Amino acid sequence: MNAFRAALGRELLVLWRSPAEIINPLFFFVMVISLFPLAISPKPELLATVAPGVLWVAALLAVMLSLDGLFRRDQESGVLDMLLTAPVMPVVPVLAKLLAHWLLTGLPLVLISPLLGHMLQLPDAALGTVMLSLLLGTPALTIVGAIGAALTVGLNRGGILLAVLVLPLYIPVLIFGAGAVSAAAGGANVDGILAILGALLALTISLGPLAVSAGLKISSGN
Amino acid sequence: MVWQTLKRWYHMLGSPRYFYTFSSRVLPWLTPIAVLTLAAGLVWGLAFAPSDYQQGNSYRIIFIHVPASSGALMGYMALGVSGLVAVVWRMKMAEVMLKAIAPFGAGLAAISLVTGALWGKPTWGTYWQWDARMTSMLILLFMYVGVIALQAVIRDPRQAARAAGLLAMVGVINVVIVKYSVEWVQTLHQGSTLKMFGESTIDPAMKYPLLLSMLGLWLLYAVNVLLRARTEVMWRERRSKWVNKLVKEGDR
Repeated sequence: MNAFRAALGRELLVLWRSPAEIINPLFFFVMVISLFPLAISPKPELLATVAPGVLWVAALLAVMLSLDGLFRRDQESGVLDMLLTAPVMPVVPVLAKLLAHWLLTGLPLVLISPLLGHMLQLPDAALGTVMLSLLLGTPALTIVGAIGAALTVGLNRGGILLAVLVLPLYIPVLIFGAGAVSAAAGGANVDGILAILGALLALTISLGPLAVSAGLKISSGN
Repeated sequence: MVWQTLKRWYHMLGSPRYFYTFSSRVLPWLTPIAVLTLAAGLVWGLAFAPSDYQQGNSYRIIFIHVPASSGALMGYMALGVSGLVAVVWRMKMAEVMLKAIAPFGAGLAAISLVTGALWGKPTWGTYWQWDARMTSMLILLFMYVGVIALQAVIRDPRQAARAAGLLAMVGVINVVIVKYSVEWVQTLHQGSTLKMFGESTIDPAMKYPLLLSMLGLWLLYAVNVLLRARTEVMWRERRSKWVNKLVKEGDR
């Protein structure tokens, strides 16, 4: 637990000192969303129909792109090898890293999402579901994406490859996340869909960090 | 007793050299059997099986479509199992298999999608629909591509195989989840008519050629995997004495 706290503190501090990594995903999210009314049409009823999908796809891409460099700096500076050879299970620092990353890049997306949902003409009643679905979904996206980031950490051209590896794995979360928002916009009860999203989150939290640390071990040649 | 034999097989086939000689003995008779079985199944199904009372002759594409789909699914499951063995026990042959299984499976997934689309147009009136089974097969194709792409960019073959193995394991879990999550969307695809247990809802005159072509395609898949694995083994062991001896003797 001490190791976890120390690792969490370190990761938060490192991220905090490179504000671009926190701000860029957020701006990406906002910008991608503002492209859609310009590209499709600003008609309110049309926007409201596509809004759940647009919000979720944009959030998904923002999370994925923020993960590309997740382990790269640690690998270049040798910190990664230290973590893998440290006398704690690698899962502990990995979990701390994922939590720190989500707190500073995933959580801001969740917080700004109701504003963007409103701009996309979603009914006010659905905005709570937007936040709640992203709150349950983005951590799962972070963890699953980190598996891909761990496997591609040593490669120079990680970006596109990461997308090819990770996007198919994002599909269940996307289906239920966007599904929940659509259902809420239609006035339906969304407890069931949110529960499934929570179940997916529980699955990824319990198994994902193990896969991430296994991936890091493979990538570092251990 | 059975357990002992299985264990011995596992260790023997885990040796690249033993695998090479073993596959040299298996391939000469497995290849013709596979080709003949598939040819018999296809000819029987395409030319002699009765036509469907509703769909006429267009249904005959199932003799390609169903074997290809089942082969693609089984191939990915095999990738997942090889991945588990490669990551956990670091067995060399499992790493070789990860490279050997993926390309044929990806091809089968593509064939399944194309034949399904061609059949869907006259029957459902559309080439494509985002229905549970079709979407799952598309995602399966994407995940095959991921496994192949990851192996292509990592230079060290052992590391590449283990990375792909981990991805395949995660992918197997994903296939299952995707399958059930897209069933939320209204399903257009008919349910399975071939049942492992209980009465199949397909006419026997169509069932037997279908089973025969499925068996034939699976055998052909096995032949392809063996051939690819042999090439990979040769490449990986190119510095060993036995491979050099084989090359000098011109033995294939």
